[in-house]
Amino acid sequence: MNAIEVRGAEVSYGAHRVLSALDLDVGQGEFLVLLGASGCGKSTLLNAIAGLIDLSDGEIWIDGRNVTWEEPVDRKIGMVFQSYALYPRMSVEQNMSFGLRMARVERAEIDRRVARAAEILRLGELLKRRPAELSGGQRQRVAIGRALVRDVSVFLFDEPLSNLDAKLRTELRVEIKKLHQDLGNTMIYVTHDQVEAMTLADRIAVMRDGRIEQLASPEEIYSRPVNRFVAGFVGSPGMNFLPARLERTGDGLTAKGEGVRAALPATALGPAPRDGQPVKIGVRPEHFVLGAAAAGMALAATLEVDVIENMGADRYAWGHIGACPVAARVPLGLALAAGETVAVGVPGELVALFDADSGVRLTS
Amino acid sequence: MPLLIRLRRILPALIALSPTAVFVFGIFLGCLIWTCVISFTSSKLLPNTDFVGFAQYARLLTTERWIVSVQHMAVYGVAYVVGCLVIGLLLAIFIDQKVRFENTFRAIFLFPYALSFIVTGAVWQWLFNPSMGLNTALAGLGVAGLDLGLLASPDTAVYGLVIASIWQGAGLVMVILLAGLRGVDPEIWKATRVDGVSPAKTYLWIVVPELAPGILTSVVILGIAAVKVYDLVVAMTQGGPGLGSEVPAKFVMSLLFERANVGLATAGATLMLLAVLCLLAPLLYLSYFRRGAR
Amino acid sequence: MSGAPSIIVPRGRRPQRLSMARVGIYLFLLISAAFFLLPLYVMVVTSLKDMGEIRLGNIFALPQHLTAAPWVTAWGSACQGLNCDGMAGAFWNSVKITVPSVALSVLLGAINGYALSFWRFRGAEFLFVVLLVGAFIPLQVFIYPLVRITSAVGLFGTLPGVILLHVCFSLPLMTLLFRNFYGAIPLELFKAARVDGARFWSIFLYVMLPVSVPMIVVALLIQITGTWNDFILGLVFAGNDNRPVTVLLNNVVNSQFGEKQYNVNMAATILSALVPLVLYFVSGRWFVRGITAGALKG
Repeated sequence: MNAIEVRGAEVSYGAHRVLSALDLDVGQGEFLVLLGASGCGKSTLLNAIAGLIDLSDGEIWIDGRNVTWEEPVDRKIGMVFQSYALYPRMSVEQNMSFGLRMARVERAEIDRRVARAAEILRLGELLKRRPAELSGGQRQRVAIGRALVRDVSVFLFDEPLSNLDAKLRTELRVEIKKLHQDLGNTMIYVTHDQVEAMTLADRIAVMRDGRIEQLASPEEIYSRPVNRFVAGFVGSPGMNFLPARLERTGDGLTAKGEGVRAALPATALGPAPRDGQPVKIGVRPEHFVLGAAAAGMALAATLEVDVIENMGADRYAWGHIGACPVAARVPLGLALAAGETVAVGVPGELVALFDADSGVRLTS
Repeated sequence: MPLLIRLRRILPALIALSPTAVFVFGIFLGCLIWTCVISFTSSKLLPNTDFVGFAQYARLLTTERWIVSVQHMAVYGVAYVVGCLVIGLLLAIFIDQKVRFENTFRAIFLFPYALSFIVTGAVWQWLFNPSMGLNTALAGLGVAGLDLGLLASPDTAVYGLVIASIWQGAGLVMVILLAGLRGVDPEIWKATRVDGVSPAKTYLWIVVPELAPGILTSVVILGIAAVKVYDLVVAMTQGGPGLGSEVPAKFVMSLLFERANVGLATAGATLMLLAVLCLLAPLLYLSYFRRGAR
Repeated sequence: MSGAPSIIVPRGRRPQRLSMARVGIYLFLLISAAFFLLPLYVMVVTSLKDMGEIRLGNIFALPQHLTAAPWVTAWGSACQGLNCDGMAGAFWNSVKITVPSVALSVLLGAINGYALSFWRFRGAEFLFVVLLVGAFIPLQVFIYPLVRITSAVGLFGTLPGVILLHVCFSLPLMTLLFRNFYGAIPLELFKAARVDGARFWSIFLYVMLPVSVPMIVVALLIQITGTWNDFILGLVFAGNDNRPVTVLLNNVVNSQFGEKQYNVNMAATILSALVPLVLYFVSGRWFVRGITAGALKG
């Protein structure tokens, strides 16, 4: 039995469709990340699962129960918000016990559960404090604690880290990951930050325009994106796309573009390609091999360097192949300066081809 | 099924809003329509259903007292709005110069706004007293040729009202515009200094246009107050001397309660309503426009 | 030659040293302050003089023989027409009108604002727009029908009647203020409470009301001042037994009988302005916040 099943979910406001015919299964104990740009419908989906937004059509099942029309509180879900939404006039203890008090749970039971949650979340000494007196990390723990005391089966996170500075974000990310390992609850986590998605998720659902473009493990999303959109969304700097045309050459295929040429075995492509079919060659910046080492690789091109960017651990060369702007990681020890031209290559298994029109990946 | 669930969810909200809804749709719209309807009948002491079209309006618009009232209201309104704006803007700009005792100054400029029109009228009636008020005091100080017994003459009584209400209302404009001034990007001051623009020109060409929303709000609020002006006139001049400071709001009240001419009174009230709606229109349009743009 | 200085001298908006401009600024502010304070000063000194001194015609002069008699008269036996009961009764009438009206209208305004901000449903927007426009409509438009309605149900000229009307006509502004206030509160707080199982009234009571304290203070200030200062509703609907201070003050000041007691009039004026004035000077910035909140939204 899946923890959550979303069946044909639609949410629309007038003519504007925020979610369209969306299906999603989330397994028990799974950490699923909904990843996408703002306005892609990821928060709407999360709110719909929580029962805070009504579906126009479709169903939502939690733990094998149809909860489509149930109130949020009856769905056994807990939610952690971007602003944490702690009740400002209540102490930490009152914040955590509010849900139980609303459900008229006995005082002794409330105390027991709050104490347990406080212990798990290391909030013991802070129970009497007001939210304003807490640090960002402590606030997040209280927000999680609010869900924890209610013994929910699913935790929903709505961009909980996006208001924080980079350092704290990393810290709290690790904390959430650890919590998931300790508690083992099902968690759904919404973010627009690919690093959060890659580090936290068991599976990532990349969303666009109210649909899920790809639902897969982080590794697969990174190495085998189903289309140009997913490929471009994950990775930093983003994947380079070079325009080219396919040609049959003997027993193989060649994608030829301005200043670039990639030779691939015929078996590399799933569906039989048309001759002259326009494609985009997708290469991640970190997959380029530069200089002499590039000789003899499946993809060969000449990169004219405009700018060298030093990022500490890495250096990136920003330039162009033909007229197409390209970023490439520069290996340590390679001397390269702006204005120079360098030969670049990519091994065949790291070259991806996408249909120029539909954006679908052609390489298997 | 979903409809029922949704209804059950918002039912408490509907119940909570029901007193207000009753007020809005019952009393509010109801009375408004009632008044409009009566204004098209020949009602005198008691309302009747003898519809006479625009006859009451035609009569009202040829009634000397109404014409005078509207003229007074117009003069009063323009002078009041302009006066409050100019003084309010100056006060706001001067108070925004990082002065000491800013809070004290602000409190002094605003306190009359906390007073009722009746109190304002009572005080200024006394100050404008021709034989014992400002007049004599100024003469005693050696200032001659300045007649401040404004309320004694039908030609100047309206200006007495204007001065009293500017005293009462300028602080409001100051507060509104001060909020606007504080919202102006402080970098503008650095930029204009770098560009060599004088502070006076910066205010005139850059800051005041930035204050446009605040100014518009002030104009609408003050303009509506001018249409509604009643208490102040009653307390200060009772519309006199003669009809020297009669205003529509007071005329309508006297038609209702002294002359028992309900038809004419409701016609006057309806015209006042129209005036207010005209003043409100730009503000409503703007806020709707802004919402549309979002 | 433009004579541009080689050293940039700080000039412009906010110089720290005392210059001619600074003197000018303070001079302007002081003269303005004098204009605004003058009537208050005249009110106070006039109320402390006897009529003989007043007839001398120098309203600015400090009283030579301080007397509290005008205050005693104003409170206990000032006359409106031939009726000399003083302001005391009217003062307590105003209290009796103001306290329940303010309590009810602030509470209803808070509930309305909350319901309209968080529990969206069809028709809410329309209700709100009508309410908004209503805040500005002249009372004259409603008075005749209201007289008829209140007479029909026996509320005309009664304390409950005038209180009810005060509440009704305060609803637009109060609802507007609270809706804007709740509109600025993160929706997530509301969502969190729903996830925790709180319903309409418990969210209002336990989550929203505690965070509304500043808004409630502001609303109370606006409402007390507004209700206390009302004239028309008190004049038309309060009846002879419940006349508020504004109505009585007007009658006293404009009484046509006998010689005008200007010192008593001024004492009565201060007495009827006392509540708003004290509130204003005690509450300080809160009042300003209220005025800007009330004026800027629309």
